[in-house]
Amino acid sequence: MATVRQLNINGRVYTTEADAESSLLFVLRDHLDLTGSKYGCGEGQCGACTVLIDGKSRRSCITRVGDVAQRQITTIEGLAQGDRLHPVQQAFLDEGAMQCAYCTSGMIMTAVSLLKAKRDSSAAEIARSMEGNICRCGTQPRIVLAIQRAAKAMNESKQ
Amino acid sequence: MSKDLNFESSFEPERYELTAPPTYHFDVDRREFFRFLGAGVLIVCVLKDARALQESGASQGAQGASLPKEIGAWLHIGEDGSVTVYTGKVEMGQNIRTSLTQAVAEELHVPVSAIQMVMGDTKLTPYDRGTFGSRTTPEMNLQLRKVASAARDALIVLAAAQWQVDRKRLIAADGKITDSESKRTVEYAALVKGKQLTETLPVEDPPIPAAQWTVAGQPLPKVNGRDFVTGKHRYPSDQKLPDMLYGKVLRPASFGATLSSLDTQDAEKIPGVIVVHDGNFVGVAAPSTEIASRALAAIRAEWKSQPQISNKELFEYLKKNPVEGSGPLDSPFRYETGSMDKALTSADHRLQQTYMANYIAHAPLEPRAALAQWSGDDLTVWTGTQRPFGVRTELAAAFRMPEERVRVLMPDTGSGYGGKHTGETAIEAARLARAAKRPVKIMWTREEEFTWAYFRPAAVIEVSSAMRKDGKITGWEFHNYNSGAAGIPTFYDIENQRIEFHPARTLLRQGSYRALAATANHFARESSMDELADLVKMDPLEFRVKNLKNERLRAVFEAAAKKFGWGQAKTNAGQGFGMGGGFEKGGNVATFAEVAVDRKSGEVRVVRLVTAFECGAIVNPDGLRNQLEGANIMALGGALFEAVEFDNGQIMNGRFSDYRLPRFSDVPVIETVMIDRKDIPSAGAGESSLVGVAPAIANAIFDASGVRLRSLPLVPNGLRVA
Repeated sequence: MATVRQLNINGRVYTTEADAESSLLFVLRDHLDLTGSKYGCGEGQCGACTVLIDGKSRRSCITRVGDVAQRQITTIEGLAQGDRLHPVQQAFLDEGAMQCAYCTSGMIMTAVSLLKAKRDSSAAEIARSMEGNICRCGTQPRIVLAIQRAAKAMNESKQ
Repeated sequence: MSKDLNFESSFEPERYELTAPPTYHFDVDRREFFRFLGAGVLIVCVLKDARALQESGASQGAQGASLPKEIGAWLHIGEDGSVTVYTGKVEMGQNIRTSLTQAVAEELHVPVSAIQMVMGDTKLTPYDRGTFGSRTTPEMNLQLRKVASAARDALIVLAAAQWQVDRKRLIAADGKITDSESKRTVEYAALVKGKQLTETLPVEDPPIPAAQWTVAGQPLPKVNGRDFVTGKHRYPSDQKLPDMLYGKVLRPASFGATLSSLDTQDAEKIPGVIVVHDGNFVGVAAPSTEIASRALAAIRAEWKSQPQISNKELFEYLKKNPVEGSGPLDSPFRYETGSMDKALTSADHRLQQTYMANYIAHAPLEPRAALAQWSGDDLTVWTGTQRPFGVRTELAAAFRMPEERVRVLMPDTGSGYGGKHTGETAIEAARLARAAKRPVKIMWTREEEFTWAYFRPAAVIEVSSAMRKDGKITGWEFHNYNSGAAGIPTFYDIENQRIEFHPARTLLRQGSYRALAATANHFARESSMDELADLVKMDPLEFRVKNLKNERLRAVFEAAAKKFGWGQAKTNAGQGFGMGGGFEKGGNVATFAEVAVDRKSGEVRVVRLVTAFECGAIVNPDGLRNQLEGANIMALGGALFEAVEFDNGQIMNGRFSDYRLPRFSDVPVIETVMIDRKDIPSAGAGESSLVGVAPAIANAIFDASGVRLRSLPLVPNGLRVA
């Protein structure tokens, strides 16, 4: 049984001892105390567990930790630069794009990945890109507005 | 039931929520309070009517040793000027941590940032029946405003005594008392230094009228929003303790199945695993979720199951299996006025229809979770529940221990929608923790949440009505089987009525749900209204207004109609418009829907929802708008496609890949009109705002296609017409 002993997360090296077959989500949550990534379904259907692997969004609940041992992992905890929030985090606050906010980390990580690829999406295109993320409280319209706001802020600051 | 039934006060006999015990009686020494709160000023709000207390003199003992019993909330101002508010209500996304903070800031005249809310902790907060039934805004908000205004008065009295001036000269603002003549000021912190003062309500001055609010009534973002966008907030499922184990529980093969054989040897061999078998409970605790899952899979169990019927037979079953008792779970509801029989005999038109609603799941994105820790005979549990005190009672009963030895805390949780009234995970975690002699956390999987929680009750509703040829409804008979009496009275003016709720034996475990039966009852009533309007070829809005006297309801229908552009010509084939509305839990709502129906493919798309809403004085306009938008989307799921499928004691679609929830592409354009009635006390909004959506969509589908759908969900597989 292969064991993963090191993970690169949020720009630092974490040591662990995890079976390579383990779900990345549970390694993050149980072993490394990075609980910002949430369990929602365990089958990649809700997006609450979304993290970035080399900058691209991925469902950590269905990702084998062995597959990402050599990659750069970013979780919600690693998005802000010190006290300065990432523009997507700030935009979610500014739009009040949350209720219970359990989906929020996954929404933000998915949006960060989306905005890395494309900044000029229409509301309908954003909605399509976010289709794999569930918000049961029904804040989808606000989330789309927040992503548009973040896109604008990032274009303006040339991030 | 009295003849002059007033539906405004007889809201929701929440039969699924009446199991809470009577109000807890505190016998706490006030010195104990200051021991854990520190010195300062403590304001206590008693639940009894303030005037009665004044007359009985019960409020006089404020400086005595004991505090009044039946406390609703309390507030403490510390020596550093910090304000801590204690309430048994809990936060699960409805943003009451924010709206209650606003209420206190308004009355106490301190910045929002100075206030900390301690919520849903059975050791620190006063008893509370639970956070449900849209009671926080009409009750707790008001209590906290009274507490805060009493605190403000107490501070003014302190300053007046310190300066030896008439208190009428003193003004409280921005955390300070100012003498309007001498312009002297003193900060609250300085005033309370070294004091151990307790004040109890009643207050002399009524809280500030809504028309004069400056903090409340304004939009305020979630007070701790930053913790959520950074992943810092610890939900119940994120709680941790040193040496904690992760638990899993063995589930029966089907509902009601009994264990016939059990072999746990292989599971016990896994290093670090503890297996507990106690009666019908079998669970494991392990150093990680993963090992716990492996241990659970290693258990060999055989179950004895009973054959059970499927959702295909649901509605027939409910009608055939009435149970009527007098308990909170099966008490019927009957209301009768005039003579329904006479109305039917003399009617120009009669209409008889049956409407149905399937079981649906709450599907809170955070499944049930609990972390339990024993310290000697004392038990502490962190869990996601809408009833921390109710869960404390459950734990005390399960472990045969006094409630005083149990503490339940509720960290702000990943939603509930009425689905987290019970303490399953708390009991499971506590049982495993007792055996392991270490803290144990349980977090249900999505499949467990879909299967072993409870559902919104299914409904069969029979409506029979009598109408004159001019469109005046003269008779209304309404029978709800199983789903409940919430929102069952009609708000239309009808001379002859017979309205009944018939409890039934349920097939699945059922319980509270956001808006509960009001959704099914409004769906039946408002669909029926359109069917009646169609019989006399009247415009549905005109038809409603003709039969409706209630000004507040007329106002929301008219406001929504205006925003929607009711009466506009259709611009394309397959387009349909419809409305639905009503009154529930103090909120008046009207929703107008536009749908697009593709008759070829059967695809039904909701294009636009316009909801007008009025619940008295608005406390936080942005919070309210957020609730209204969310309510429209949640209601859209149950209206269009959500349904729990079951067969032979198993849930057939208990995961997100099978149970369809509203996703981004399902979300229509949502527009809201909020009517701010500053002259009416604020009511809650999280539930009433759902009830117009399903009938509005059903009526719009009829308008688009001529097809009348009478069962929720309306189009789980698109519009299929023979």
